[in-house]
Amino acid sequence: MSEPSKPQGRKFQLPEHLKVYKNVWVIVEQERGIVHSVSLELLGEARKLADKLGVEVGAVVLGAEGPDLNRICGDAISYGADIVYKVTDPVLADYRTDPYCRVMTDVVNAYKPEIVLLGATTLGRDLAGAIATTLATGLTADCTELDIYADNRSLAATRPTFGGTLLCTIQTLAYRPQMATVRPRVMAMPERDDSRTGRVEEVFPNLQEESVVTKVLNFIADREQNEAQLAFADVIVSAGKGLGKAENMKLVFDLAKVLGAEVGVTRPLVQAGWAGSDRQVGQTGKTVRPKLYIAAGISGAIQHRVGMEKSDLILAINTDPNATIFDFAHLGLVGDALTILPALTDAFGRRLSVNRLAG
Amino acid sequence: MHIVVCIKQVPDSAQIRIHPVTNTIMRQGVPAIINPFDLFSLEEALRLKDKVGARVTVLTMGPPMAEASLRKALSLGADDAVLLTDRKFAGSDTLATSYALTSAILKLSEEDPVDIVFCGKQTVDGDTAQVGPGIATRLGFEQLTYITRIEELNESAKEIVVQRRSEGGVQVLKTRLPCMITMLEGTNTMRFGKMDDMFRAARYELKTWSRDFTGAEEAKVGLKGSPTVVSKVFVPKPRAEKAKMITADGSSPDALAAAALDAIFAAQPKLADDLLARAAAGL
Repeated sequence: MSEPSKPQGRKFQLPEHLKVYKNVWVIVEQERGIVHSVSLELLGEARKLADKLGVEVGAVVLGAEGPDLNRICGDAISYGADIVYKVTDPVLADYRTDPYCRVMTDVVNAYKPEIVLLGATTLGRDLAGAIATTLATGLTADCTELDIYADNRSLAATRPTFGGTLLCTIQTLAYRPQMATVRPRVMAMPERDDSRTGRVEEVFPNLQEESVVTKVLNFIADREQNEAQLAFADVIVSAGKGLGKAENMKLVFDLAKVLGAEVGVTRPLVQAGWAGSDRQVGQTGKTVRPKLYIAAGISGAIQHRVGMEKSDLILAINTDPNATIFDFAHLGLVGDALTILPALTDAFGRRLSVNRLAG
Repeated sequence: MHIVVCIKQVPDSAQIRIHPVTNTIMRQGVPAIINPFDLFSLEEALRLKDKVGARVTVLTMGPPMAEASLRKALSLGADDAVLLTDRKFAGSDTLATSYALTSAILKLSEEDPVDIVFCGKQTVDGDTAQVGPGIATRLGFEQLTYITRIEELNESAKEIVVQRRSEGGVQVLKTRLPCMITMLEGTNTMRFGKMDDMFRAARYELKTWSRDFTGAEEAKVGLKGSPTVVSKVFVPKPRAEKAKMITADGSSPDALAAAALDAIFAAQPKLADDLLARAAAGL
C-alpha cells in the first residue's frame, strides 16, 4: 500500500517520544475460562502485521489466577503470540469496565505497544472505548481489513462506513498506540501450532476490591442456545426483500432443513419483522464464513456483502440479471427465488436421501 | 434525579456524499432522524422519569438542523434540550466528540448534578459504539453498556441493579450512581408522545451552546482534537471475476436447480461429502 493523500491543517508526524512504541498486541477476551474465538482470529492477524513490521506479537490475558488462565496463555502462544502478559488478580475474575480499564491503561503505558487489537464484542467494544479515552489515542471500530503502510509503518484500518455503502481507511498517525476492533469471523482462524514457543510475563496489578464500585451479583450463562448460530454454520440459506412477503420465508426454512443449514436474512427483513435480529447477516448483524452461502432474493447491498463475502462458495438467486450480488457471488442463477427455492429443496432432498439409503 | 440522554441526528438514507478535500461526510440535503438505537435509551430514561420523577435533558452535538431531533425528543416527554453546536466541532472523531459532549454534561451538572447519562448502543451511521464509553470514562461514571433491563433503582441509596448482555450470558450488575448506560436494542418500545408534550416541544426555547460556553478546549475538538485520520474513502472493488451464471435447457426451476447442484458440487467437492455425511447422520 502506498501512503494516502493527506488533508490539510493537522499534525501527521509521530512525535519523537512515541517512536519507542513497539509490537502488536491482542487483548485476549476470556469469560469464565472460555476464550472468545475472535481473540484467536486476531492473533493470526497480529502475526501478519508484526511480521510486516519485524516486531513481536503480544497477547494480554486478564483474569483470576488458575488453571484456566494458564491454559489460555498457552493457547495464545500456539495461535501466534511471542509474549503473553498474564495479568492476574482476583478482582479481574469477571469483566467490569473500571478495573479492566485501569489495568490495561497501566500495562499499555508500561510496555508501550504500537498496535492494540480487540474483538468487536460486548466486552471488546466496552473496554476499547474506555482505554482509548484514558490513553487519548485513536480507535477504529469494526475493521474488515488491517494492513501496514510501508512508508510510515502505520496501521491502515479499513472499515465499512455509512452502513457499508463505502469503505474507508483510517489511521492514527500522531498518537500511540493505534487501536482497532474487529468483529468475530471477519478474519480467518489461524492454524494452531503447539510447537510454537513464547514467553510469559506475569503482571500483578494488586487491585483492591473495595476500590471497584460495580459488583457482579450473578452471571446467567446462556445454557440453551435459542438464538440462531449463524457465525459458525457450515451452510447458510439467506433471504432478502426479493422473497416478497413474510409467508415466503417458509421456502427458505424448507431448504435450510434439507441442508442442515442456518437461515440468515438481510437488515430490511429484520426491520420488517420477518425474522429476529439474531439472523441478520451484514454490517450491523453477524459476519459469517460458511462453506456454502445461498442468497435468495438478495440484491447485494454492501451492508449485507461485508457480512458474507468471505464465504467459501456463494450461490446467488435473483430475478434481476444486473443485481449487484452477481458481481461477487461465485455462482449466479437468474430466476425467481419463489420457484427456485422449492426446486432446490427437492433436488438436494433427492440427492441426499438417495445417499442415505445407499449408505 | 437528573438524567441526560445523548442523541444523534443521523441521515435516514444511504445517500451520502464525501467532501473531496477533507474526506469527511457531508450531511447536507439528506433527510434526518434520531439515531434509532438512541430511542431505546430515551424510552428507558422516560420510564425512570415516570417511576421516580427524574428530570430528563436531551443533549445532542451537531449542526443547527439537529434541533429537529431535540424537538422530537421533547415531544416524546423529555423536559429540557441542549444543542451543542459550533463550527469548531466539525470533523470530530469519537475521542473529540466524547470530549465535547462531556463538557456540556459538566455544564449541566453545575446547575443540576447529573446522575445518569444514557447514550445509544451505537449510531447507525458511524457504528462505533465508542462515544458512550468515552463519556463515561471522562466523567468517571460507572460504565454500563449493552443493558437489557434496569431491575432496580434505589434513589436514596443511589444504587442501580441492571442486566448486561455479555457474549456468553447475562451479567447482573449492581453499582452506584452516577453511571452511563447504553441500552440494547429491542429492550423496550418507544411510547407515543402526549398532545401537551407536542405543544410544549414546539414552543420550547432550546438551549444552544457553543464551545466557548461549555469551556471545551479548542485543541481537543474538531479535526485538531481527533487522533484518527480518514486517509481514504472508496467504493469496494468488485471481485475480479463475476459469478458464473447457471443456465439450463428450458430454464424450468427443476432444471436450473439440478444445474445449480452440479455447479455447487463441482466447485466444492468436499462440501458434497459433508452434506451427504450430515444427511446420513439424519440431520
